[in-house]
Amino acid sequence: MLGLAPALLVTLLVLPVGAGLLMVLLPAFGYLPALGGDAVSLAPWRMLFGHPGLGRSVAVSYASGLVSTLLALAIVVLFLAASRGTWLDRGIRRLVSPLLAIPHAAVAFGLAFLIAPSGLLARWASPGLTGWDRPPDWLIVNDPLGLALMAGLVLKEVPFLLLMCLAALPQLRPEQRVTLARSLGYAPSIAWLKGVLPALYPLIRLPIYAVIAYATSVVDMAMILGPTLPPTLSVSILTWFNDPDLERRFMASAGAVLQLGVTLAALLTWWLGEQCIKRLGYHWVVNGVRRRGSLAITLGGRGLLGMTTLLVLSALAGLTVFSVAGFWRFPDSLPGTFTLDHWQRVLPSVTTPLINTLSVGLAATLIAAVLVVATLENAARHQLPPRAGQWLLYLPLIIPQVAFLFGLVVAAESLNLRPQWSLVMAAHLLFVVPYLYLSLCEAYRRLDPRWLQVAHSLGASPWRAFWQIRLPLLLAPLLTACAVSLALSIGQYLPTLLLGGGRVPTITTEAVAMASGGSRRLMAVLALLQALLPFIGFSLALLIPRLMWARRRNMRGVA
Amino acid sequence: MLNPCRFSLIAPLLALALPAVAAPDPGNWQDVLAEAEGQTVFWNAWGGDSRTNRYIDWVAEQMQAQHDVAVEHVKLDDTSSAVSRVLAEKQAGNDDEGSIDLIWINGENFAAMRDNDLLFGPFAESLPNFALTNAAENPEVVTDFTLPTEGFESPWGKAQITFYYDAAQVETPPQDMQALLDWARANPGQFSYPKIPDFTGSTFLKQALIELTDQDEALYQPVEESDFEEVTAPLWAYLDALHPHLWRSGRTFPDSGPNLRTLMSDGELSLAFSFYPTDAAVAVREYELPESVRSYVLDGGTLGNVHFVAIPYNSPHKAGAIVLANFLMSPEAQAQKQSLAMWGDRSVLDIEQLDTKDQALFEQGDRHPSELPADALSNTLPEPHPSWMTALQDAWLERYGVN
Repeated sequence: MLGLAPALLVTLLVLPVGAGLLMVLLPAFGYLPALGGDAVSLAPWRMLFGHPGLGRSVAVSYASGLVSTLLALAIVVLFLAASRGTWLDRGIRRLVSPLLAIPHAAVAFGLAFLIAPSGLLARWASPGLTGWDRPPDWLIVNDPLGLALMAGLVLKEVPFLLLMCLAALPQLRPEQRVTLARSLGYAPSIAWLKGVLPALYPLIRLPIYAVIAYATSVVDMAMILGPTLPPTLSVSILTWFNDPDLERRFMASAGAVLQLGVTLAALLTWWLGEQCIKRLGYHWVVNGVRRRGSLAITLGGRGLLGMTTLLVLSALAGLTVFSVAGFWRFPDSLPGTFTLDHWQRVLPSVTTPLINTLSVGLAATLIAAVLVVATLENAARHQLPPRAGQWLLYLPLIIPQVAFLFGLVVAAESLNLRPQWSLVMAAHLLFVVPYLYLSLCEAYRRLDPRWLQVAHSLGASPWRAFWQIRLPLLLAPLLTACAVSLALSIGQYLPTLLLGGGRVPTITTEAVAMASGGSRRLMAVLALLQALLPFIGFSLALLIPRLMWARRRNMRGVA
Repeated sequence: MLNPCRFSLIAPLLALALPAVAAPDPGNWQDVLAEAEGQTVFWNAWGGDSRTNRYIDWVAEQMQAQHDVAVEHVKLDDTSSAVSRVLAEKQAGNDDEGSIDLIWINGENFAAMRDNDLLFGPFAESLPNFALTNAAENPEVVTDFTLPTEGFESPWGKAQITFYYDAAQVETPPQDMQALLDWARANPGQFSYPKIPDFTGSTFLKQALIELTDQDEALYQPVEESDFEEVTAPLWAYLDALHPHLWRSGRTFPDSGPNLRTLMSDGELSLAFSFYPTDAAVAVREYELPESVRSYVLDGGTLGNVHFVAIPYNSPHKAGAIVLANFLMSPEAQAQKQSLAMWGDRSVLDIEQLDTKDQALFEQGDRHPSELPADALSNTLPEPHPSWMTALQDAWLERYGVN
């Protein structure tokens, strides 16, 4: 029974991704009998390459993936190098972690409200500093180069990469490495960069690849912040797929295959960069320079991460102000009047989306938790090597969503499966399972095996040992992993939209739908609601162990 | 290996699958009402404006209370995606278990669905409330972008392009297209129109084309029957001249009609337009626009049209959809829709023909100062043939889709 879990887990992830890719590849070459495509042809590709602006769409998708990842990684690495474990560093670190929970769309709205020419920053600085009494006619949000999109991506990638690094670091014993290097005369930040980073990088490589894949193909954030004439490749594909001219669906499939190529090209570029840095960096690591640049790193590391955090917090503050704003003439720094009307208008209409968001998220998290724990328990009981097949888990994270989700929709349509709740939940599982596995597997493996050995020696069956020893000991990390998964499910846009066919609205789809037109005030309410839900999950994950283990401090997990 | 997940997906579906039923006949109203009871109608309607969403929520409550029909609003970005879904279902052979029961539709999307035989009907003219529209006197309720509706869609509301401006910043707003160009030159960056293919943006193109071309009659025939390049040449020359003076110098365009309103609210634009004559007044009431905003219609008139609801041929809940379409035409629902507190969309009913009790429903007290004067909407230009909409959209994207 338990032995089936790993196979089930892998099948669950690989089968839909594979089916989705196949159902995208076939129509990309003109074959999809259900839509009248009976012969293999290159027509979809000719149509795709004849599409005006395709080159720019591709270039922006490719560049935003690489640039945002590079920036986010630099910010995280510099901060870790500069971080000395002072109260300030711990404070920044604690502030960053919950930022991971805020869905992409909410961050994008917040950032757009902040940096737009009529946004908060301009309002606060005007007319005193700028002399503006009207917003300047500047193209900041939706700029053709995708800079606003990249900024938004960086804000979301930094907390993710930071948490991945923090999870991987303990096994490297970074304090000992830094102490050793410092005894050789290295400045602390240089000691970290030369002594810890080279060992850390291989451990966070897969998460980085996942970030690149996500950033090259993101849809919701690109719809809010990205360029519009033409939009990014992923957004164009979505438009083509919904076109009443069904010929466009074949073109959309070809576009999805192209998206896969763009993502792979970005990954390949990154990999080539890794190889170069490996060569060049080696000389730097052993060149014996002990102090040069350490001040810049110390200041830059804290400054950049501090700024990232500050930006997100001001974005949230901006959302809050807009959500209660009456009429707010530019350049007043605060609205003329405040009102709760917007909340009162939105709340009654979001009952169904709220129920859907929570039911899909909780169901996907619960199923994923059972599967992942069963897989890990199986591995622990048979002392299997931990890494075997792990890359398969990353498949749904590295293959761009756009590339296989459309295929899944086509597959569902061909099977006459109507868009519904269970399809949405199954699609969420694809993304929830890998994250839950990743957040839990370290804690599972690091649990001292002697606890279980003692239990067995006292005559407890494997199941009793699991329920009475392992599960209570792992309660805190398990709940945290579930909170991460829930947050991830809440933020899913494309899978919800496509597999639900619009019939399973969630807070996220409602918020993004508003982006195209609704008032900023209502958008702010929805974005705040969207950001609030994951916080409830995280608070519960922190609170429950504390209440249950009120008298056992070491079992409450790390705060 | 079998994937248990697949099974769990199919099982509830099999349970849901109902035997195909004969199409309901709206002529036999009691049977339709009885059949509709307990059905859930999936109504696919553009969801980009919070006011329409609020109104649809109200409709859903009423339908549940009055007819025991549940209404689920499926919010669309663009109505064409619903057309695409029904078409794909038809191609896949799904002829009686479609996922859409009612669509908010008009113009080129209606034409596309008729061309592909995707609509159920005729049903509209047999609906009990249809008589209240007095179609004999008001032919616009049975004509959609020059095409006769032939009972395949039922009228729901009336829209007309209405401009609005902030009187605190603009003294004399432009009254025709040429004046608009001059105004934009003098006030760069303060006007724009929604990005094509948004329907409000596309309507602006048609409005400009009607004014600029001297071959008006060609616009009311299918586009293939005239020289598109020749007819539209003045439009492109006009837009080439206008774009550098638009918001963001025409390097990007607002997403939609409601987005224009947001930009007005932020002070980025000083002149904008909407498909809803009451749009500005509702926005002032909801703190989105300053009280100094005023509405007007261009001197030569503006484009207006009627919007409708239609039922896909493969809807599994046709009876519920028919009851809903009829409810939407009731004086109660039409009056709610027209009220500024709800949406502000004009009624398709011939209000003067209603009995006094129903007429009273439409009285709203004093006009809001940001609203149009009562007589301003007399000059309505009819919509061109739907093929012009698609042709204009394609040509626009070809020219301006990549900046």
